[in-house]
Amino acid sequence: MNTINAAGFPILSLITFLPLAGCAFIATLRGATPAELRNARWAALGTSLLTFALSLILWVKFDPSVSGFQFRETAVWLPDFNVAYRMGIDGISVLFVLLATALTPICILASWESITTRVREYMIAFLVLETMMVGMFCATDFLLFYIFFEGVLIPMYIIIGVWGGPRRVYASLKFFLYTFAGSVLMLLALLAMWHHAGTTDISVLLQTQFPAGMQYWLFLAFLASFAVKVPMWPVHTWLPDAHVEAPTAGSVILAGVLLKMGAYGFFRFSLPMLPEASAHFQPLMFTLGVVAVIYTSLVALAQEDLKKLIAYSSVAHMGVVVIGIFTFNQQGMDGALFQMLSHGVVSAALFLCVGVVYDRMHTREIARYGGLADRMPAYALVFMLFTMASIGLPGTAGFVGEFLVLVGAFHVNFWLALLGSSGMILGAAYMLYLYRRIIFGRITRDDLKSILDISPREIAVFAPLVVLTLWMGIYPSSFTTFFDATTGAMVQSHEQAWQGAHHATLAGIFHQ
Amino acid sequence: MNWAAALPEIVLSCAGFIILIVGVLQKQDRTPLCTSLMLLAFVVTGFLVWRTPDGVAYTGIFITDYFARFAKLLILAGGALAAVLALDFNAKQRIARFEFPILILFSTVGMMTMASAANLMTLYMGLELQSLAIYVLAAFARDDLRSSEAGLKYFVLSALASGLLLYGISLAYGFSGTMQFDRLAQAVTSADTPSTGLMAGIAFIVAGLAFKLSAVPFHMWTPDVYEGAPTPVTAFMSTAPKVAPFVVLLRLMVGPFGHVTVQWQPIIVVVSIGSMILGSFAAIGQSNIKRLMAYSSIGHMGYALIGLAAGTEAGIRGVLIYLTTYVFMSAGAFACIIAMRRNGKPVERIADLGGLARTDLLLATLLAIFMFSMAGVPPMAGFFGKLYVFLSAVQAGMWTLAVIGVLTSVVGCFYYLRIIKVMFFDAAEPAFDRRPMSVSGVALATGAFTLLFFLVPAPFTGAAESAARILFG
Repeated sequence: MNTINAAGFPILSLITFLPLAGCAFIATLRGATPAELRNARWAALGTSLLTFALSLILWVKFDPSVSGFQFRETAVWLPDFNVAYRMGIDGISVLFVLLATALTPICILASWESITTRVREYMIAFLVLETMMVGMFCATDFLLFYIFFEGVLIPMYIIIGVWGGPRRVYASLKFFLYTFAGSVLMLLALLAMWHHAGTTDISVLLQTQFPAGMQYWLFLAFLASFAVKVPMWPVHTWLPDAHVEAPTAGSVILAGVLLKMGAYGFFRFSLPMLPEASAHFQPLMFTLGVVAVIYTSLVALAQEDLKKLIAYSSVAHMGVVVIGIFTFNQQGMDGALFQMLSHGVVSAALFLCVGVVYDRMHTREIARYGGLADRMPAYALVFMLFTMASIGLPGTAGFVGEFLVLVGAFHVNFWLALLGSSGMILGAAYMLYLYRRIIFGRITRDDLKSILDISPREIAVFAPLVVLTLWMGIYPSSFTTFFDATTGAMVQSHEQAWQGAHHATLAGIFHQ
Repeated sequence: MNWAAALPEIVLSCAGFIILIVGVLQKQDRTPLCTSLMLLAFVVTGFLVWRTPDGVAYTGIFITDYFARFAKLLILAGGALAAVLALDFNAKQRIARFEFPILILFSTVGMMTMASAANLMTLYMGLELQSLAIYVLAAFARDDLRSSEAGLKYFVLSALASGLLLYGISLAYGFSGTMQFDRLAQAVTSADTPSTGLMAGIAFIVAGLAFKLSAVPFHMWTPDVYEGAPTPVTAFMSTAPKVAPFVVLLRLMVGPFGHVTVQWQPIIVVVSIGSMILGSFAAIGQSNIKRLMAYSSIGHMGYALIGLAAGTEAGIRGVLIYLTTYVFMSAGAFACIIAMRRNGKPVERIADLGGLARTDLLLATLLAIFMFSMAGVPPMAGFFGKLYVFLSAVQAGMWTLAVIGVLTSVVGCFYYLRIIKVMFFDAAEPAFDRRPMSVSGVALATGAFTLLFFLVPAPFTGAAESAARILFG
């Protein structure tokens, strides 16, 4: 194995597969007494914290000034087919690796008390999920990427199906089949690219020129997969179901990391590898993005279920991301990446907020709550912060991403920017309406009168997310520096490819 | 004469006779002894297969090459796994007789002969030896009505298929004047336009072999026979006896009939699409897990046939990888089904698996691995099988096949997931009886293969590549 990288050892593989070691350890634990179950919890938390600590090395050692993959690792895997185990991260993926490793311990901590059945299996499922997520962001070989991309489905299916709510079977099956159906079409695109380029090395594929006719089909195949994952309207319907039925931590990971996989796919494959098709389908993507923003915001306004409302708001926020990606300018793309990160933190935190009251009241019906500010002042404050961040208040994480995307969209088209920004207004409407119904008013229900404020464990869960939300809002450049160079290079190469194709067409015309 | 080319088959047949004598001479039934001897014979044969030098023997009717060797090892593995699975099952069902391993052994000899066939007659002899043994095996629980029915049904329909095959062989012989593969190739190549009679012959041969593969439209027997036959026999039928007709089909189609690929390709495409669609949709309504596995195997044959339809070296490689992964995951799935036994009686309904994850997490996890693998979800072995056949279809530009293939695999995924759902999400049924060591061992070994295949796929894909290259000279 080639270990020449900034860290001096195969750090990406270590981060990816360390959780599996934790799984192996937890699998050896026996017994079901509270003490033994606590061991499983601590083992899972320890493993995920260790993984997070390791991933911080990436934060320190990553060189943001260069575009291209860093911390590369390669190992022989399928030499006959030019497929190898290739790992590496660039400005786009590095922060998502950190997001995944940071959210996993938070999830484990959040399910400390709410998960009481089959604790060991739950922890194993989460650690496997972490391996798959991190591996997916680190893979620089398309086949390897695909394996991790699909592998995510297995633990998530189990998490929703075993520890989920009453309609968990329906929700888990829908989640699996929707994503699987999209992914197999991407598999065909993978095979076509593999056949065309002779390798699945992403850095080679990035340099490969695909014929324009082929690009369109490839783009549509990718779209089938990534649109389901993002999720984009009209294939978003699995998301509210999955969110509502999943346990709190499952929703957190789903919103925090899994939804980013689709947009990450656009960044990694569609945009740089298929520049002509991306430009060709730009209007379609804008339309789908704008529809998602407006339509799902309106749907969110009408929800009676806490989790469903936040799920629909996720679809709207990801619509903004899609708009940002396809502006093809630096502001838009930076904004999209930033929005992905901030949504990863903020929506994860919002689902945790729902989890707090759900653990106490065992209902997600908005009408069952009201006046929580009296009994739960600290909770009200935390919820307020994340509500504001979700709306996009300046000074919070949500603002920077949306603002940059809208600036980028403005460069493209005034109406695009206008329609896209309507999402912010609608977002303010449904989030503030939600906040008013839950937190303000008088406590009218008897069972709410004895509700307790957040516990020290929950404070520990929220603290890092609060810090991150404010940090990203007040000093965003400590995050944007990571991807500035990469997006800049992407914009440049996209323009070159676009102009090259344009010249080729012109030359073709004159030649006739 | 190069008689040593068939040394593995000769040794295995002799071993079969010796075990038969040993079994007859014992006062009481000694099935475990005979099974152990059979496994020993398999190991020796496997070693001989590995060491036999390449060559053509017996005036050109028998060929030993890397392709045959690959297939034979796979067949031996399938036969051995089924024999191990039968040990405990037959004892508990009171159908343990020492003939059982011997029948598997002779069936295996027949299949190995098919893998080495270089003449249509050799092919037919091997096929009949394989089938005759399986007729008896399917009806092995002779006091059980369903088993007898399965045996009879398989016999009658299989005889019809053999007739079709023979008719095809006679047509091929009549219109080309030879049954030797190499001379058939010459006859096909030298003709400017392939004769209609020969084409009809090819169609009948494909039909006869497709019956053995249980590919649509020759699949009707599969669900009934799978359900009725004793489960270890079903396990056997779904592994090795699928490999042997497949490899002989590969050898025939790309060898002697390689020149008329354009003519036979549509047949294979239609059979493949039909199998994939039927395999995925018809399985949805099943409540008996053995019937479900029958439809699943129909679907799998459809996927594997994609590789043949591509008609390229990459396609053959894909088929061989597919068959390798299929043999192990199918044997493993049947090991789990054999472990489904409650109060001494085997149970077969999918609902009986309810809540298995609570009562026997290991078994549930293993079966889940096999189901995910059959659905083609990475990183399981089944994904790689599908990957390579789809790759060959894409390389050959057969987009219809590839798109239908991936879409039916999504439909298929639904019923595989349903089994996982029943095991993991549903309320617990009473626990199963203790798993016997032999069954657990098979399930664990095949489960490890299925789960960890992605770590070291290169030896298998490399071997399949070399085997496929042989066919294309």
